[in-house]
Amino acid sequence: MSNNNASNNLIIAQRAVKQLRLEASFRRIKVSQAAAELRNFCLQNASKDPLLVGVPSSDNPFRPPKSCSLF
Amino acid sequence: MGEIEELRKEADSLKDQITAARKAVQDTTLQEAVASITVVGRVQMKTRKTLRGHLAKIYAMHWGADAKLCVSASQDGKLIVWDSITTNKVNAIPLKSSWVMTCAYAPSGNLVACGGLDNMCSIYNLKGKDGNVKVMRELAAHTGYLSCCRFLSDSEIITSSGDCTCVLWDIETGTQKTIFAGHQGDCMSLAVSPDFNFFISGACDFTAKLWDIREGQCRQTFGGHESDINAIGFFPNGNAVITGSDDATCKLYDLRADQELITYQDSGIMCGVTSLAPSFSGRLLLAGYDDFNVNIWDALKAERVGVLAGHDNRVSCIGVSADGMACCTGSWDSFLKIWN
Repeated sequence: MSNNNASNNLIIAQRAVKQLRLEASFRRIKVSQAAAELRNFCLQNASKDPLLVGVPSSDNPFRPPKSCSLF
Repeated sequence: MGEIEELRKEADSLKDQITAARKAVQDTTLQEAVASITVVGRVQMKTRKTLRGHLAKIYAMHWGADAKLCVSASQDGKLIVWDSITTNKVNAIPLKSSWVMTCAYAPSGNLVACGGLDNMCSIYNLKGKDGNVKVMRELAAHTGYLSCCRFLSDSEIITSSGDCTCVLWDIETGTQKTIFAGHQGDCMSLAVSPDFNFFISGACDFTAKLWDIREGQCRQTFGGHESDINAIGFFPNGNAVITGSDDATCKLYDLRADQELITYQDSGIMCGVTSLAPSFSGRLLLAGYDDFNVNIWDALKAERVGVLAGHDNRVSCIGVSADGMACCTGSWDSFLKIWN
């Protein structure tokens, strides 16, 4: 029983180290570049973002143009 | 024993290495990079439609790719496909198990999926020959609840589970293609990258993981949260990940810099985040909280710029349509609301 536990723990520890080695080897870019690209993506797409710029009622599929009829 | 001790030392050393490597590329902060940008003006959205019909708590919703149809799942034991513009119910699908926790719409519009405490992911064909919606496949193998599912196509779906794994399934054969193991706590949520090559998972081990779908590997792990991650999503350009947690904060992690760039928090917010969705440009982050509200954040400046208040109970799910035209919220009050 204890042998099985010991070998299981060993396998788990080996897997953890293998995964950490993989994650440690990741090629990171500088935060300045990452931040600039996030910022630029937002700014470049701002005009196409309806929730950001607002939707005129005439173009809003969820808002039928208002019309009043009195009979 | 000696070998395990050595492996533990190596693991600790590698963790220190990762921390150091992340610091080494930290030549600035996102805050500094956006210092010259002004905060977005107050965002006010109105409820344009209320989708009424569920008889119990809504746990999940997902927009179809056409930005018009959406599917919702409720513990009244029904999946409803709605036309969000007319508010008509296109399909009302009775479920075998009412303990549903997630639902998904296939990009093709042909299939929907759901699952929950039955530990299974059930796939329904909306376009069957005789017009009846039937179960097409029951994907069973998880040993824990199904927390989330997302289609890659009509033939593949990814699921996340309380058994701490995520799985890529072949829908045709009903078999597991790949098992993504590594989280040390229940997997609560998943999101697929815009290019369909990666997915991210958030779990009760307080971490988010980025997985390479074809290689079957975890590429990166992101920590920092102090409690369960309930919600996760990709920033629209696919280069960053946003998480929402029971620790009352959301965080943005950049994938290529491999680190957290910003935390969305406010001393006035003390309840957990249940759901989140970025707007089309990524500039707005809409997040649902346990206090019945949705807070709208300026994603770059990390300031609250609006609130969607309209539900009488917890907001459990939120989604922005593919064309960015509307936001849909689902709540334990049994209603879905469409806002813009």
